[in-house]
Amino acid sequence: MTPQGFDRDDLRVIADMVPEGARVLDLGCGTGELLAWLRDNRRVTGYGLEIDPDKITACIARGVNVIERDIDVDLSDFETGSFDFVIMTETLQAVRHPDRVLEQMLRIAPQGIVTFPNFGYWRCRMYLATRGRMPVAAHLPHSWYDTPNIHLCTFADFEALCAERDVEITRRHVVDAHYRPSRLIEALPNLFGTIAIYGLRREHS
Amino acid sequence: MPDPLPPDSVGIVEPATAVFTEPFVLACGEALPRHEIVHEIYGTLNADASNAVLVCHALSGHHHAAGYHRADDRKPGWWDACIGPGKPIDTRRFCVVSLNNLGGCHGSTGPTSINPATGRAWGPDFPVVTVRDWVRSQALLAERLGIRRWAAVIGGSLGGMQAIQWSIDFPDRVRNVVAIASAPRLSAQNIAFNEIARQAILSDPDFAEGRYLEQGTAPVAGLRLARMVGHVTYQSDDGLREKFGREVASGDLDLGRDVQFQVESYLQYQGRSFSRSFDANTYLLMTRALDYFDPAREFDDDLVTALRHARASFLVLSFSTDWRFATERSKELARALIRAGRPVSHADIDAPQGHDAFLLPIPRYLQTLAAYLGRIADDIERGSHADAATREDAARSRSQTPGGARTGTGSRAPADSVAAKRTGAA
Repeated sequence: MTPQGFDRDDLRVIADMVPEGARVLDLGCGTGELLAWLRDNRRVTGYGLEIDPDKITACIARGVNVIERDIDVDLSDFETGSFDFVIMTETLQAVRHPDRVLEQMLRIAPQGIVTFPNFGYWRCRMYLATRGRMPVAAHLPHSWYDTPNIHLCTFADFEALCAERDVEITRRHVVDAHYRPSRLIEALPNLFGTIAIYGLRREHS
Repeated sequence: MPDPLPPDSVGIVEPATAVFTEPFVLACGEALPRHEIVHEIYGTLNADASNAVLVCHALSGHHHAAGYHRADDRKPGWWDACIGPGKPIDTRRFCVVSLNNLGGCHGSTGPTSINPATGRAWGPDFPVVTVRDWVRSQALLAERLGIRRWAAVIGGSLGGMQAIQWSIDFPDRVRNVVAIASAPRLSAQNIAFNEIARQAILSDPDFAEGRYLEQGTAPVAGLRLARMVGHVTYQSDDGLREKFGREVASGDLDLGRDVQFQVESYLQYQGRSFSRSFDANTYLLMTRALDYFDPAREFDDDLVTALRHARASFLVLSFSTDWRFATERSKELARALIRAGRPVSHADIDAPQGHDAFLLPIPRYLQTLAAYLGRIADDIERGSHADAATREDAARSRSQTPGGARTGTGSRAPADSVAAKRTGAA
């Protein structure tokens, strides 16, 4: 079955990357949409971590296992290798220590999936270059002072971090704000891509 | 009882007594030749007995969890915030069973009951009772009521411990566990507070080595102190500050004469009313059961191994200002459940009321509980809950019970007759 019926299109792509029966930890799981779909269609088991009370209640109401947990503080008690996949969608840019979270992800599971918005997108660059102000756009709607996105980066930044930490990028799916790929994006992803979905793996383990 | 009765109240309820005439061997090796369990039922058991929920009480609790016994009752049962038609433990959908544990002092066999061997009250000779014993006696009650498998076993504090023990000792007989403001075992600090409470009772001359009933005395002062110390630990610093601050109840602060702060008179009131309604030997017994509880102990002190036996799904709830059963204890439980591969959700409710929060109508708490139980009820009503074997078992056990399971509105039906009818069926 093709994943469909998601409010967020990125979840459709991610759902396709997770194999049948996998054990999944979802960091910043929101209302549990992805885990519920994976449970119902891929026999996936797992847990989501979330800090928003209303989203936690939503997870519980749809029968998704959710643990109230700040992923910046508290990932150390998940055992090494205890999951098949750790997934983190649209959350990397909002954590205090993205590098540590990345390390934890690939300690807890051999494989990870990460999605985040691209600060190197040409409109962001133009905005900053022409107005001299921090960009505000559809995919980055907050002002600098109240944004939860405290660690914005470009695709190139993220890939440099992966290289530095021996993290292998197994897959990179770059799309526009409507989660559509295009030839332009394929040619110059760091300039024209809005959101990327990365498949990750530890290079040696 | 408010008039008119709120639509989400179970209304007037009547306790029932189940009598068990087979000897009940306790973990300590001693046996009770017969015992009685007083309980209340709210809601209706469905045809395949799949909608039953067990509510386990905490240290000073009892069977009267919801509704009123008489029209002139001032207060409803201790968990009326959560149990009723349309409340999180929804009596329109669930059949809720609440009991007074063995060793209690509200009607079930305990230290104030007559020891058949001596013809006098058990008093201090009542055997040591553990959480495992309670769970086993609750399992007997379930059989008596025709309940093969609980849709959920729910409890706060010591009640949560019973729910956890259920999942380990009877994995096939509980589908969901809700452990609220609980812990997989007590901390040293917790045991310390219990010991202070016990010493308060033991050192009261009127305690008379536990034989106060025979002596015609009552260790009121000891019980009062025990309750006062307990009560402080059930509140948070902020909670007490908010409620009382440094308000003076009487006396003159300027002259420093006969000053009594509000918080003092409040504590004394709490201690006084408790000491009138609770049995000192039961208090000792229940705090001991709390201290001894440690399901990991039989599994090389490994909680994960213990919980691997469980087959239930878990909801773990904690409260941010609870320092008696702190959030960290619930995290410990959730962590072990994850490692054991059990389905679990853990929510930490931000609330200023400390440990007592689990008794109070805190919006997020009620919403979370309602979300979890609502889904269970949906599953039951869709019929996707039980395999054929479970249904057959339920049917079989009911057909063997004279009078069948007590259904109907339950709460409003005459109750004692049921227990009387079943005495011989044990």
